[in-house]
Amino acid sequence: MNLSLFIILPILTCLGILFAKGTQQIKWIALFGSSVQLIMSVVLFFQYIQLPASNTPAFQFDAVWYQAWNIHYHIGVDGVSIAMILLTAFVVVAGVLVSWAQDWQSKEFFFLLILLSAGAYGFFISLDIFTLFFFLEVAVLPKFLLIGMWGSGKKEYSAMKLALMLMAGSGFVFVGLAGIYFQSSGAHTFDMLQLSQSHLSKESQLLFFPFAFVGFGIFTALFPFHTWVPDGHSSAPTAGSMFLAGISMKLGGYGCLRVATYLMPEGAHYYAPYIIALATIAIIYGAFATMMQKDLKYINAYSSVSHCGFVLLGIGMLTKTSITGAVMQMVSHGLMTALFFAVIGMVYSRTHTRLVAQMGGLLKVMPFISTIFVIVGLCSLGLPGLSGFVAEMTVFVGSWQNADKLYRIATILSCASIVVTAVYILRATGKTIFGPMTDSHHLALTDATWTEKTASVLLMVGILAIGMAPFWLTNLIAPVSNDIIQHLAR
Amino acid sequence: MQTNYFILMHHELIIAITIMVLMMIKVGSDKLSNQLVANVTNGLLLLSLVLGFIVQPEGNVFGDMFYTNGFMLLQKNILVAGTLIISLQASTWLKDYEHAAEFYILLLSTLLGMCFMISSRHFMMFYLSLELSTIPLAALANFDLHLKRSSEAALKLIISSAFSSGLMLLGISFLYGTTGTLSFSEVANTIQLNTPLQLFAFVLIFSGFGFKISAVPFHLWTADVYEGSPMAVTSYLSVISKGAVLFVFITLLFNVFALFAHSWYYLIVIVSLFTMVIGNLFALRQTNIKRFLAFSSISQVGFILIGLSGGTHTSAASVVYFIVVYIFSNLGAFGVIALVQGLTGKENIDDYKGFYQHNKTLSWMLGISLFSLAGIPPVAGFFGKFFLLLSGAEKGAYWLIAIAAINMVISLYYYLNIVKNIFIDKSETPLFKLPIAVQPRIAMIICVIGVLGSGLCGGLYQYIFDLVK
Repeated sequence: MNLSLFIILPILTCLGILFAKGTQQIKWIALFGSSVQLIMSVVLFFQYIQLPASNTPAFQFDAVWYQAWNIHYHIGVDGVSIAMILLTAFVVVAGVLVSWAQDWQSKEFFFLLILLSAGAYGFFISLDIFTLFFFLEVAVLPKFLLIGMWGSGKKEYSAMKLALMLMAGSGFVFVGLAGIYFQSSGAHTFDMLQLSQSHLSKESQLLFFPFAFVGFGIFTALFPFHTWVPDGHSSAPTAGSMFLAGISMKLGGYGCLRVATYLMPEGAHYYAPYIIALATIAIIYGAFATMMQKDLKYINAYSSVSHCGFVLLGIGMLTKTSITGAVMQMVSHGLMTALFFAVIGMVYSRTHTRLVAQMGGLLKVMPFISTIFVIVGLCSLGLPGLSGFVAEMTVFVGSWQNADKLYRIATILSCASIVVTAVYILRATGKTIFGPMTDSHHLALTDATWTEKTASVLLMVGILAIGMAPFWLTNLIAPVSNDIIQHLAR
Repeated sequence: MQTNYFILMHHELIIAITIMVLMMIKVGSDKLSNQLVANVTNGLLLLSLVLGFIVQPEGNVFGDMFYTNGFMLLQKNILVAGTLIISLQASTWLKDYEHAAEFYILLLSTLLGMCFMISSRHFMMFYLSLELSTIPLAALANFDLHLKRSSEAALKLIISSAFSSGLMLLGISFLYGTTGTLSFSEVANTIQLNTPLQLFAFVLIFSGFGFKISAVPFHLWTADVYEGSPMAVTSYLSVISKGAVLFVFITLLFNVFALFAHSWYYLIVIVSLFTMVIGNLFALRQTNIKRFLAFSSISQVGFILIGLSGGTHTSAASVVYFIVVYIFSNLGAFGVIALVQGLTGKENIDDYKGFYQHNKTLSWMLGISLFSLAGIPPVAGFFGKFFLLLSGAEKGAYWLIAIAAINMVISLYYYLNIVKNIFIDKSETPLFKLPIAVQPRIAMIICVIGVLGSGLCGGLYQYIFDLVK
């Protein structure tokens, strides 16, 4: 499997969109391109699990890009990368389907969306930190334009805030990268495999680990740098929110794990208490802040802050199970929040309001959408059988393995936040889906179209697959987290 | 004179021949066709560029006053290419202008001066060519003859240039006084540490350079001169003039004053810090797009100085690479702005609201150039800035890189502000669909291809790196 296809194919799709005439052609080209990408991801998954177990990434490809700086276009995948690629593929196809009614400047919209996905794929297959950073930053401008042009509410403000904060995150990451590049023993290199063998002095690690971790953490809504999330996700168009919350936030988690923690293990050990403290605050603060929200999209956005706190908690705890749980939470939350935003988008396009108080009894008019809404809500609060439970359970079990008092308290507090999650989910669901109708205009609403149904079912399949039979995902991720823990122990 | 000399100085010779041909055309014809003048200039510049890549001699002339090798030829090629793009972009403005021939003659005179300056190996040659490149520029700044602000710009430019040249000359004379020689190589061998007068001479020379590249605190002339000059001259000042001086600066710092490296390192670091910050802070407040680009170019110089502070082979290559990328990005932006200003007379950032509604191609061209200036992938500006900052980090100044990263965020704000105006804001009175003539279109296509290609292909950087001596 040639991994460069994962970048070439979206670019080709973008070119196809550029030269297409008419909205129908554009949409079908986008759908075709992203579906082929999805099939390729599944094929990659099956090819990978048939390979013998090894510690080195599979399907590697290396080409010199800038010889003077020893920058290589080096790509390869392992279990965690494949999990994230699958996530990206599912969310992008669902995003394209959900945006089927997007008629205004559709060419630019789908072009930017597919370009974003190219950036995400490139990020997950990179084995060279420069290439990783390149793909991380490629996404900034499409996000800005997507939110600013097709968003709603205070879109210009949200777009600018998002772009600036993510750029600040990239800036911090850059300082960390420069430190890793110059301070590693041996020849200067950006290659992650070579860097994991070389050694950085403890002082350098203590200096540069915060830069790298906080930089990537800004992408994953590390408290107190999470403020771009609520406005950014809520002002974005539906597909934009799905991508932002589903994939973009996971770029940060992946970076925190692979670049910050893996390459600077002593730094990770030293700063672990701070990371856990901040993650716990994010989880609890996010949950309580969500309870106050009246707008459905803001509810989901703040709950994303809370759920991504679990990812950082798992990474901070530094045990094999907690890291596995963190990655599972990345995949699970990605699918779940994408589906939630999709459903909210469907509701919004029909009722033209996102305020919970103005909606009620939608089960009577939109049975399919309401059912998905309820299922997603239950996934968010961790109902067994759905992916949220499996991921969060793994994180808690992994966190509990640390006998330190601080860590145990953090674990208990994070567990407790599930109750708060239940409160806001059940309240929002109960009011909008069940209960009496608040607006007689809503009686005339239609249920989901075929594209929306396909998108929902697609994401639902992912959520159920993880929730009912999580072993395929854990078998994918566990060897990698094993490797990470062994590397940290050295 | 041997044919050897012709080959060694082929850039300068072709430019000088162009000047003389233009003068003869101007003097000899009753009714001058501006199109002929433009075509002659563009054709000969293109010839010079092509020959510059094919014929690559190395050697010195005039008793080691003039020296050329592959690296110098590359620098001259870059300047000639930039001038060609500016000439193409200025073609619509000059088509009906009665003094078109004079414009080209003056422009090529400055280019000639810059080529000599890059090749100079002797302070006398260097100063002569510096003056040759500066004085016609002041005349060029005045070319919007009917506008008072143009005359103001020209006067500001010539007076400040004269003052800074005077300072530089004082530095050179002190250097001569303490070392007894003006040749670059002999000065490099003769200077000693702990000689205060030599260090002071260096500071004076540095001040002269700082003026030409608009480093802080020598930047005060920049905004007014950029705003008052005609668009073509502004673009020339912002890329070619700066680029040439930076090229000479590399030679001066790394070869001549290499002994003072530990001293000029701190000097450059502090100057770059102030330049970045002040350039960014002032750019935030601008409403006129020419003044805005002036301050944004000041902050870009701050980044270049960070790269320069590294002091190694890769630093020099990164600076040259960034200048190439900067030429493409800045000229791409200026091309669109010149078109808008030429056809509608509008220069305010707010006039660009809703630009996307009728001018999709131009919006994307301006957008891509702005993304490159901001340093966002996949365009080349990202690679340029990345390599500059990495070069700066080589000596361990990570605090400087952190501040530079923060400045990139600030600069992103004002670039995105324009992008927002173009793409996102709606307007009751958006600018109508602007027709693009053939020559500006070619220039803009060259810029866009340059901006997109020079980053993604590693070959350009490697080519530059291999040539650096």
